Amino acid sequence: MIPELGHFALALAVALAFAQGVIGIFAPGLRDPRAMRGTPALALSHFLAIGAAFLALIYAGVVSDFTVENVANFSSAAVPLLYRITGTWGNHDGSMLLWCFILSLCGATVAAFGNGLPASLRARVLGVLGLVSGGFLLFTLTVSDPFTRLWPPPLDGAGVNPILQDPGLAFHPPVLYTGYVGFSVAFAFAIAALIEGRIDAAWGRWVRPWALISWCFLTAGIALGSWWSYYTLGWGGYWFWDPVENAALLPWLTGTALLHCAIVVEKREALKAWTVLLAIATFSLSLSGTFLVRSGILNSVHSFAAAPDQGLFILGLLAITIGGSLLLFAIRAPILAATGIYAPLSRESALVLNNIFLCSIATVVFVGTLYPPFVNLLFGIQLSIGAPFFNETVLPLAGPIILAMGVGPMMAWKRAALLPVLRQLWLAAAVGLLVFLVMAANRHVIAAVGLAGGAWVVMAALTDIAGRIRLFRVSPGSSLARLWALPRAAVGATLGHIGFGMMVLGIAGMTLATQKVIVLKPGQSTQLGGYTWTLDDIHDAPGPNFSQRVADISLSENGKVFMTLHPARRFFSAQKVITNTAAIRTNGFQDIYAVFAAEPAGSGGAELRLNRHPLAPEIWLGGLVMALGGGISLSDRRLRVGAPARKKPAGAVA
Amino acid sequence: MSPLRRRLLFGIPLALAVAGGEGFYIILRRMQQNDYDPHALPSPLIGKRPPAFNLPGADGMQGFSNTDLLAPPKPMLVNWFASWCVPCLQEAPMLMKLAKTGLEIWGIAYQDHPKDLANFISTNGNPYTRLAADASGLTAINWGVYGVPETYFIDKQGIVRWRYAGALTDDVVSGTLQPLLQKYA
Repeated sequence: MIPELGHFALALAVALAFAQGVIGIFAPGLRDPRAMRGTPALALSHFLAIGAAFLALIYAGVVSDFTVENVANFSSAAVPLLYRITGTWGNHDGSMLLWCFILSLCGATVAAFGNGLPASLRARVLGVLGLVSGGFLLFTLTVSDPFTRLWPPPLDGAGVNPILQDPGLAFHPPVLYTGYVGFSVAFAFAIAALIEGRIDAAWGRWVRPWALISWCFLTAGIALGSWWSYYTLGWGGYWFWDPVENAALLPWLTGTALLHCAIVVEKREALKAWTVLLAIATFSLSLSGTFLVRSGILNSVHSFAAAPDQGLFILGLLAITIGGSLLLFAIRAPILAATGIYAPLSRESALVLNNIFLCSIATVVFVGTLYPPFVNLLFGIQLSIGAPFFNETVLPLAGPIILAMGVGPMMAWKRAALLPVLRQLWLAAAVGLLVFLVMAANRHVIAAVGLAGGAWVVMAALTDIAGRIRLFRVSPGSSLARLWALPRAAVGATLGHIGFGMMVLGIAGMTLATQKVIVLKPGQSTQLGGYTWTLDDIHDAPGPNFSQRVADISLSENGKVFMTLHPARRFFSAQKVITNTAAIRTNGFQDIYAVFAAEPAGSGGAELRLNRHPLAPEIWLGGLVMALGGGISLSDRRLRVGAPARKKPAGAVA
Repeated sequence: MSPLRRRLLFGIPLALAVAGGEGFYIILRRMQQNDYDPHALPSPLIGKRPPAFNLPGADGMQGFSNTDLLAPPKPMLVNWFASWCVPCLQEAPMLMKLAKTGLEIWGIAYQDHPKDLANFISTNGNPYTRLAADASGLTAINWGVYGVPETYFIDKQGIVRWRYAGALTDDVVSGTLQPLLQKYA
């Protein structure tokens, strides 16, 4: 019964979404104020309908209703409650519904909080969102229906994929999808602006918070995914340049560029067409990333098994969305002219530089991901592009960004002088150089470059903020007061840069990791990284839908035990799969990482993989700090107060 | 910039998207007609002996050259892999299972760092009788390797009979590899 209601709600949502789309797009042109006022209501009811469908699917998962094929195939009665819920979106059909749910949530948010927007702009934005949502809802309803029934129902479901039964992965898809889908709002604003034919500072001020919030979620989602592969795959790898990872990285890169150039639109009313193009590109990349990965074109382990027929349907939708928006861009964008001017050496130019490098990296990653299938199609040549290609092309492009990141935020708007800025940054440069020399002297050249770069970014961001609050030049109390009075956007930007610097430090630190693989019998111990690692015991332990063997390891320094670790091997009987659950302890600056790899026959002991990963936590902590910086920037007064129709004089800094 | 040039410039993104979309359309159509499978590509090596190469050993094991593959005592596999490749990680248990059945598997680590490779082998087990390193990736180009993992079946005459791009799965092993092993035993 409940799944039927869900199915009905889904069908209702399709109708409401298309109504929202058609009315939203055409009502402003017809100058029909009543129809325009109707779009927010349609957006809200469209959201409620999908919400009902989504809840119905979750309900079917929670009560283990195995007459629903989706539940029977991807859940089972023994699975813990959390994974019965998250399992509903751990497969192709369910994840489509989650995707549509988040898209409608974005529309509902614009409808609910968009009172300050001009009525025609709001109607058009909601119209674009409605059309996109309608297309994908239609796809969900017709060819990937999560409510398909199964009769007779099996006694028990097939169970959750053991790899997905993990807290990190349970929250990874919703966070990542919110990031992907959130860019639909910036996209809708871009399309609406193209239709209206004008972009001003108020438009920039409207788009930025949306880009910012999606960017925060995307950053957190990527960090979460990378952290997940770090602790699940069991050997400390955290980024593989897999097509699916690249699919998430591409919108992140263009989204980061969008975030920065929207500032220029807001401040200087320049770079308008470029900003619109970035908004279109970011959402297009999100769409292609989410869907083309599923068509089976790109060889990846993450891919959901989807048939080429579904791929063609999706390709049609992408053609309409992406092709249509780029066609509109080609026709309308040339009339968008810049009104503000700035000198070649200014904050604006620094932001342009940032855009150039970010988009170069995005291009390289894009080409690297799509080159193999296309070359094969065109010339019948087979070739492979793997991690080495990406490392060799992306890292050199990241270098200039890291250098420029320290200098850019301290340049003045409109016209700046480089020398005074560089003079202020002597300390950051000195720290970076010192780190480089110390590490290079120990013959860790790659780590030296990376650590120096990370230290430079962090120090430069701190110098910037210290200068603004006049630290050590006025009393600490008055510095604190100044910090509190700083525009939140400035604090957020600084935090974002610090987070990026931390991530660079973490990645560089990981090149110094030490590890050891050893078979130990209970009672035996070994030395690694200055610690004594002792295997105390191996024993069985129960689990909800798995049985497990646990190794107890204690770490001691100078004879004193300071840490115990319990890595486990889990055996999932339903799927006949063994997973290794790593034990990771962190103190914030290094990870102690132990894996119970096997019990070799005849040895009477455990094969252990022991790792010490210096600075590894900084990789994900940096990602979170970046996302947090975005969040603080969102609370900036000028965004909270809303976009005024006319540009108010902004604060001293932003 | 003249108005026309400006218009053309703004059309570039559309042109790129159209070209890309058309490519995807052709690929998907051919996949639908079973005319194109990104996982099972024809190899120029089928029916031939592997091209000349001589690769050093890796992870303390013995490397090999094309002359070592001229006449194996029984059919064998050459498996290309890398520690940075996620599908390889998934494939590792299958290779261990195959190695336990007595099938000889020789490995070639593609563009890998010795440290990462050692880590990978110790983590996932060592199914390989010999293990060579193709650090430059040049031998992979000569073989026509599409991506890692990739597996080549070599018969007793040293001739490549089958190539599989992607991680070996239960289906592939029972559906293709086992019949091949019987045919060329």
